[in-house]
Amino acid sequence: MAFLDALLNGLTLGGMYALVAMGLTLQYGVARIMNLSYGEFLIAAAFATYWLFQLHAINPLLALFLVVPVAFALNWLIYQVLLNPLVKRSRTRGELEVNSILATFGLLFVIQGLVLLLFGSNYFSYTYINTVVMLAGSPLAMDRLLAVGFAVVIGALLYLALMRTRPGTALRAVSVDPRAAQLVGINVRAASAMAFALGGGLVAASGVLVSMFTTFNASMGVVFTMKALIVVIMGGAGNLLGALAAGLILGLAESFVSTYVAPGLTLAVTFALFLLVLLVRPTGMMGRAEA
Amino acid sequence: MTLPRHFTRAALGLCVAVSLAASPLWAGEVPETIRIGYAVSDTGPYAGGAGTTITPNYKLWVHEVNEAGGIRIGDRQVPIEVVAYDDRSSSEEAVRAVERLINQDEVHFVLPPWGTALNLAVAPVLHRAGYPHLAVTAVSNHQENLMSRWPRIFFFLSMSSHYAEGIVDMLTELRDSGEIEGRVAMVNVADQFGIELANAARERLDAAGFEVVYNQAYPPGTQDMQSIINSARQRDPEAFLAFSYPPETIAITDQAQTLGFNPPLFYTAVGTAFPLYKSRFGDNVEGVIGIGGVESDSEAMMQYIERHTEVIGQAPDLWASAPTYASLQVLQQAIERAGSIDHETVVAEMENGTFETVLGEITLDGRVYWEGWQVGQWQDGMFRAIAPMDRDGASELLLPKPDWR
Amino acid sequence: MMARSEIAGALLLCAGIAFFALLPGYVGGYGLSMAINFLMFAILATAWALFSGPTGYVSLATVAFFGIGAYSMAVLGETLPWAAVIAISATIAFVIALLVGLSTLRLRGVYFVIFSFGLAELIRQLVNWYESTHAGSVGRYVFLDISQQQIVWQLTAVLALVLIVGWLIGRSRVGFALRMIGDDETVALHCGINITLIKVMVFALSATFMAVVGAILAPRWTYLDPSIAFNPNISFQVLIMALLGGARRLYGPILGVIPMVLLFEYLSANFPHLFSVLLGITFLAIVYLVPNGVAGLYDTYRRKWRERGVAQPAREGSA
Repeated sequence: MAFLDALLNGLTLGGMYALVAMGLTLQYGVARIMNLSYGEFLIAAAFATYWLFQLHAINPLLALFLVVPVAFALNWLIYQVLLNPLVKRSRTRGELEVNSILATFGLLFVIQGLVLLLFGSNYFSYTYINTVVMLAGSPLAMDRLLAVGFAVVIGALLYLALMRTRPGTALRAVSVDPRAAQLVGINVRAASAMAFALGGGLVAASGVLVSMFTTFNASMGVVFTMKALIVVIMGGAGNLLGALAAGLILGLAESFVSTYVAPGLTLAVTFALFLLVLLVRPTGMMGRAEA
Repeated sequence: MTLPRHFTRAALGLCVAVSLAASPLWAGEVPETIRIGYAVSDTGPYAGGAGTTITPNYKLWVHEVNEAGGIRIGDRQVPIEVVAYDDRSSSEEAVRAVERLINQDEVHFVLPPWGTALNLAVAPVLHRAGYPHLAVTAVSNHQENLMSRWPRIFFFLSMSSHYAEGIVDMLTELRDSGEIEGRVAMVNVADQFGIELANAARERLDAAGFEVVYNQAYPPGTQDMQSIINSARQRDPEAFLAFSYPPETIAITDQAQTLGFNPPLFYTAVGTAFPLYKSRFGDNVEGVIGIGGVESDSEAMMQYIERHTEVIGQAPDLWASAPTYASLQVLQQAIERAGSIDHETVVAEMENGTFETVLGEITLDGRVYWEGWQVGQWQDGMFRAIAPMDRDGASELLLPKPDWR
Repeated sequence: MMARSEIAGALLLCAGIAFFALLPGYVGGYGLSMAINFLMFAILATAWALFSGPTGYVSLATVAFFGIGAYSMAVLGETLPWAAVIAISATIAFVIALLVGLSTLRLRGVYFVIFSFGLAELIRQLVNWYESTHAGSVGRYVFLDISQQQIVWQLTAVLALVLIVGWLIGRSRVGFALRMIGDDETVALHCGINITLIKVMVFALSATFMAVVGAILAPRWTYLDPSIAFNPNISFQVLIMALLGGARRLYGPILGVIPMVLLFEYLSANFPHLFSVLLGITFLAIVYLVPNGVAGLYDTYRRKWRERGVAQPAREGSA
């Protein structure tokens, strides 16, 4: 009973982590942008959902179809206008990392500041679905299940798109070696912009879904950025399956530690696991050795 | 472009001699306006609490005082002028912002920031400059020590043990009258206030012979409460006590509701009295117990809630908002009685006077307001005070808590 | 023999020390607050760049060591003499940094960045857990009667020390080896440099300075808990300031600290409610307009000056 509870809870939690991290793995793995403002986009999407739901009675699942395309377009624009000059300017990958850290750190403040101006610093929360599904005697919250369901669907679609389609292959090629990709006629700039925008769309989607069951305020973006970074790095940058696996492992670890050891140690265990994985495999669970 | 004052001072301030603030030049005379300064967390982790409890009351008070023409000093009405900063939830920022308020902006009074940590960080600065310090949202078991260290600090929410005492005494009474047997599950946030509450509660529960079936702490910032709720639920407690902070209070309630965990007594701490809580859970708040509470048949209180809702656009926090507002009323009345803005005179008035506030008539005997409500319960859409049970104005406890809908 | 620039540096250092030593006589509490803020970030950023500048390993663990220092003072401050606590905090940080350094040798790039961040968070969580379950409370009260001016003097001394140490490293073989590691680790290895030893020792040395800053500052806040002592914002601010100034030079980070401290202060004093947005915009502007950091800007000027033989300032376009 307790075991099943912990297992199911760990799976939903892990699915959520994977969902939140998927966009970043595209942005960092393919577009090579180390996006520190990632979580602010998630929070912005959560606020947009709140606003649509409370003031315009548009339900969160419908909001998904409004918020995600807008985020996609916005992120594409951000890449073309703000980040591409940095890509051109940077001679090495390390330099681009430093530059993108600096630039997205600035962006973080801008987005957070705008959300603060619009909504203030209060906590926000709303109720959309609060039904429960019973699974072999263990209760599961519907809203979380829905979020995980979406995570699985989105993840599967994305995986198929990357593995089975031509543009997907191009993205993967860019992720492996941008210079070689260029040589075989791939437009690296377009592919990177696409990956960054896709990542932006994904983080917006997770913002919409997460807002259904968490209390959020304007200052909470960094929490999600860090969770996502840890999942992405632990899984191996740019590897979708790695992110999924890392997310699930962290979710399960948190849930089991909370049930069987002590809730006070959940976060410590998360970080310890993460550090341990990196010590054993310095490029993450499914990461390639750096070129 | 001419550089604004602050920039020049910040840049050259290191070289420029700035007058020492220990004895303000203006003491004794009546200024054109009373400058009131505050640095409150608009951003960072404390922003949620500050934005609910502190800032709205400062705004409401200034609005009301100025609408009435100002604070009366002698035979003049002196309006308030506000200087407000954001301490970004950082102790270092808070210290510097208060130094700036005192030295650069030369404000006459400084209103406190939110929370124990920031109040303690700025206390030495206010103390050195001789300013009164209304540490409204600071709750610490070291109160005595702090007060002997800083002779102009005032506390309004009593100590953590005060609140633990309220809920445990209530449980004891229920057990003695045979309404419950005495199985208690408790969790707390691993944060100063949460731990002080939990330790005090645990001690009293053990002393009274309760059976504590589950007792765990979770780190601040935990978002997932399912395993905690599940663990507690499996032990079938009659009372569930969560000494929690606002985001987790919501998460705990939300997950208790979805997981169908409905013990006869369901207690969550900070945030239970927030307007957000009511708007988030609607009718489901009925019967939830928490920290604080208001006297529902007090006219002053009901008027205050109404004005707050009208001016600010949201209802107040029904625990710490009213004490915050009351502290401002105390300050105002003390200034009026002193007939001056001299700090020593004002502090002396505050220590010795009796004040008419939204909490009723209060005194700050020993620089502490001791009379706050310990436990409240949502009943018919209002967070009514229920403990201390024998005090005038306490509502009857509703037991058991009705089912989640 | 000293080069001309080194003599100029030494003179500037002495002038700086004299300035901060005499400062408390001239400014009030606010001026001292500003000075403390500046000194704190100047030391942290310089110490950060000691290791991260030449090697290119971007560390987000600054606050881990800062917090260790602050906690040492909070735990031991009332029982042991001040100097002993400083020494203990420095030792603890040194040892932990040695262990961390030894275990992270295989990590590169972003993996190291996030690892160092994770490390700081892990330490914070462990302290939090220990304090809440074993010490019985999470907050600690630090009642030490140390005045603002004493803090300014102490920090000034530490800043001078970190600059001198940095200078000594820079002109020694260790500094040369560090730069080589930054350029290409494999080459450095083939040149017979003991990469491990040098990297780990310099990392631990920089951590020591960070811990000392934490220990000195702790009494200023009266109350300390893990979220104050291990606030990740400190790591980010230090990183940003050092990168902005130019981390490959000893004086670079300070050139970043000065404008950033003033900018933060100016914005929070004048636009408290637009702080975030304006800070972000200014920040972006700096990233795009000053691509090589303030130190890089200075170099560009100097080169142009020499090339043309006239003092004609011109903005260098991005490369």
